[in-house]
Amino acid sequence: MKSLKTLVIAAALSLGAVGAAHAQAPATAPVEAPVATATANPAPVAPAAATTAATPAKADAAVPAGDATYVPMKPTAGVGQPVDAGINFQPQVTPIGQQAYEFNHYILLPVITVITLLVLGLMLWAMARYRAKANPVPSKTTHNTFIEIIWTAIPVLILAVVAVPSIKLLAAQYAPPSKDALTIKVTGYQWYWGYAYPDQGIGEYVSKILPEDKAKAAGEPYHLAVDNRMVVPVGRQVKLIITGADVIHSFAVPAFWTKMDAVPGRANETTFTATKVGVYYGQCSELCGVDHGYMPIAVEVLPVDKWEAWVRSKGGNPSGETAAAPAAVAPTPAAATTEAAPAAAPAAAPAAKN
Amino acid sequence: MTDIAATAPAHGHDHAHDDHDTPSFFVRWFMSTNHKDIGTLYLIFAIIAGIVGGVISGMMRLELAHPGVQYLTGWAQFFDAGAGEVQGKHFWNVMITAHGLIMVFFMVMPAMIGGFGNWFVPLMIGAPDMAFPRMNNVSFWLTAVAFVMLVGSMFVPGGSGLGAGTGWTVYAPLSTSGSVGPAVDMAIFSLHLAGAASILGAINFITTIFNMRAPGMTLHKMPLFVWSVLVTAFLLLLALPVLAAAITMLLTDRNFGTTFYDATGGGDPVLYQHLFWFFGHPEVYIMILPGFGIVSQIISTFSRKPVFGYLGMAYAMVAIGAVGFIVWAHHMFTVGMSVNLKMYFTAATMVIAVPTGIKIFSWIATMWGGSMSFKTPMVWALGFIFMFTVGGVTGVVLANGGVDTALHDTYYVVAHFHYVLSLGAVFSLFAGFYYWFPKMSGRMYNEFLGQLHFWIFFIGVNVLFFPQHFLGQQGMPRRYPDYPEAYAFWHLISSYGYVIMAVGVLIFFVNILYSLVAGKKAADNPWGEGATTLEWTLSSPPPFHQFNELPRIA
Repeated sequence: MKSLKTLVIAAALSLGAVGAAHAQAPATAPVEAPVATATANPAPVAPAAATTAATPAKADAAVPAGDATYVPMKPTAGVGQPVDAGINFQPQVTPIGQQAYEFNHYILLPVITVITLLVLGLMLWAMARYRAKANPVPSKTTHNTFIEIIWTAIPVLILAVVAVPSIKLLAAQYAPPSKDALTIKVTGYQWYWGYAYPDQGIGEYVSKILPEDKAKAAGEPYHLAVDNRMVVPVGRQVKLIITGADVIHSFAVPAFWTKMDAVPGRANETTFTATKVGVYYGQCSELCGVDHGYMPIAVEVLPVDKWEAWVRSKGGNPSGETAAAPAAVAPTPAAATTEAAPAAAPAAAPAAKN
Repeated sequence: MTDIAATAPAHGHDHAHDDHDTPSFFVRWFMSTNHKDIGTLYLIFAIIAGIVGGVISGMMRLELAHPGVQYLTGWAQFFDAGAGEVQGKHFWNVMITAHGLIMVFFMVMPAMIGGFGNWFVPLMIGAPDMAFPRMNNVSFWLTAVAFVMLVGSMFVPGGSGLGAGTGWTVYAPLSTSGSVGPAVDMAIFSLHLAGAASILGAINFITTIFNMRAPGMTLHKMPLFVWSVLVTAFLLLLALPVLAAAITMLLTDRNFGTTFYDATGGGDPVLYQHLFWFFGHPEVYIMILPGFGIVSQIISTFSRKPVFGYLGMAYAMVAIGAVGFIVWAHHMFTVGMSVNLKMYFTAATMVIAVPTGIKIFSWIATMWGGSMSFKTPMVWALGFIFMFTVGGVTGVVLANGGVDTALHDTYYVVAHFHYVLSLGAVFSLFAGFYYWFPKMSGRMYNEFLGQLHFWIFFIGVNVLFFPQHFLGQQGMPRRYPDYPEAYAFWHLISSYGYVIMAVGVLIFFVNILYSLVAGKKAADNPWGEGATTLEWTLSSPPPFHQFNELPRIA
């Protein structure tokens, strides 16, 4: 059958597209060693060890003590959170988010809308034109090779056209992080998040949902507000090393187009660069038990000087030079995900290596 | 090519013979070896399971109608008087798990394959029965026991409360170290039984279709519904053993100290997801392919025209089945895969749109030039085509690994798979039910109630599921009992949609009951010259044993 043949061609074409795009994509270097921050140990003792071991930062924190002017920022309505009766994606504040949003909004959405309307239109036309009253004698047509080839080939072409920006988007998402990216270690627990800044000497602190009354008092949306946010500087790339302590969780921030599972025994890596100051919320996106719906994520993006003040208020060193975390400084050439072989990942807290 | 000119034996041949060997009630329904009786049992079973699964989804929509947790604790107390808030939230997870498993394994699959497959595959190929009648019976009762097992799991401890709260995907480690107590073991064992039942069914269908076709019925003359069941049976046969292995390892991880999915012992939780979705993706085609077959029969019948591009249609299903085995990891785009793997699964997934497109266009071409009448089965089939298209194109969006980053595990995904299942598979089930109801029962359904059912259900499910695309794009994650207030509006609309849909389902039940009691007697072929397959050459309902003299296909 002709359509079968075209099918094979279709498959070949699409695979070809992958090959081509792959050639452009940054070469994925073999993972040399598991990222040192990988912790396969689900025991909750590890973060505590990290906190106490971050000694170099402690001395440093005393220096500009008066500068600790950090006050949690108020979120802006309609930014970094859903809006009432909203139908579209949240406004994107990262370059990747922009690229992905535009791909969906200007290519995918029009294509699927046109295809759906085309199918609907053809159906309605056929139903009107070929109803029994209008066409009492049915035709005897059973096939038409030409038209079958057409409706196989055109979808193939459409998909090939869609595949190019899609593959480019993937390549961009997986571009290796830059050398000066800020590394944050994210750990999912039942049912809260732990954040640590190994380069700044900020040991793991815990981020939990704010109860309803406190969230309202703080002018934040309940279910999204947390007690201790992840705080990052604006415009600087952030590299997240994400793992799970007990079951699988998923770290997601819709306004960044970011989502990465927190899998026990793995150190997943993803990056984002927030280009606008503000508070951006997300929620755990992998079923993790009773309070799956109650472990939100809040990322506060601050101007660099205010971020530095926050780091000091946490007892860390913003420059990251004196903070001893050599392993994390070394840029990993691996693509956005480092799959640390679970067995190889040492069951030790990061600081234990220093 | 489906236009089969059969020289069927006159009915009188069968009747004289079958009056005296109809078994007693107990033997007939509890030890059944008759494919039509077993098909009926499967349909009744699927309807019961559908009611249970549907009530659970109604409870979920009630809870989600407004922000805040209103009912969960009270419902949990129904099972356990001492239940508190934690048990209430656990009960939410139990409901999402039960709804998913029941609808997939105990409603759609038994109805499509067990029900319509058993009833009509032998009739359509001109066979007296299935190849292994006793195995057919075993298959049904295993499914029934599996269902009892799953429902029973809701009454035993499963970690934070009673019942298995792991989601229908039963991801480790939530399903291993994360859920203490026998509930998850029971749920897993229920899946084992349902899987074994399906494998037996698949063996039976493959053997029947390959060996018991009437003289002259070559593979390329088989009705498309038979083709669809054949492809489905192969998918079942190849996919279910992988599920069985995956969940057996869950059991040993839970009970015997193995660490297949435990990183601290050298295992990997992601391994489970690969195994599960290697089964899980073919599974979604298992649920929809027989629907394709049903819709093809109906469109052809009511357009009074043979299916357009018969061979293309048949091999498109084969292609969908084959490609369905190599796209599984698009369910796991955020799990931390390498970029190469993601690019491959993005491209491979998009390829599926091509054979699916062939099917959609061929259905429209079948109508083109036809002489269409819009009886109830036809409006359901037309509704299927449009709704499946909507669900299909959102699938193309989700296929893009880069875009899926934002949409993964949100309500957009929920909307997508309900469009292809709740509005795809279920529409085809209703289409098939109305189409074959006269043949199965010997009575006509009520046309007015059937049309009313369609329109109310159609409006209801669209109001129910379309807004969920919006929720997903805004970022609303799946499997949440509660949500920020900004999501309240669309959740409320969605819950209203459920109520509309439920009214439609009530009309369906009224229609069945009314028609079974007082419906007009159905002719052997109530659909006229468009209905060309062999089941319409038999009486309505068909004799207890048919085709004692095999029909010859010209």
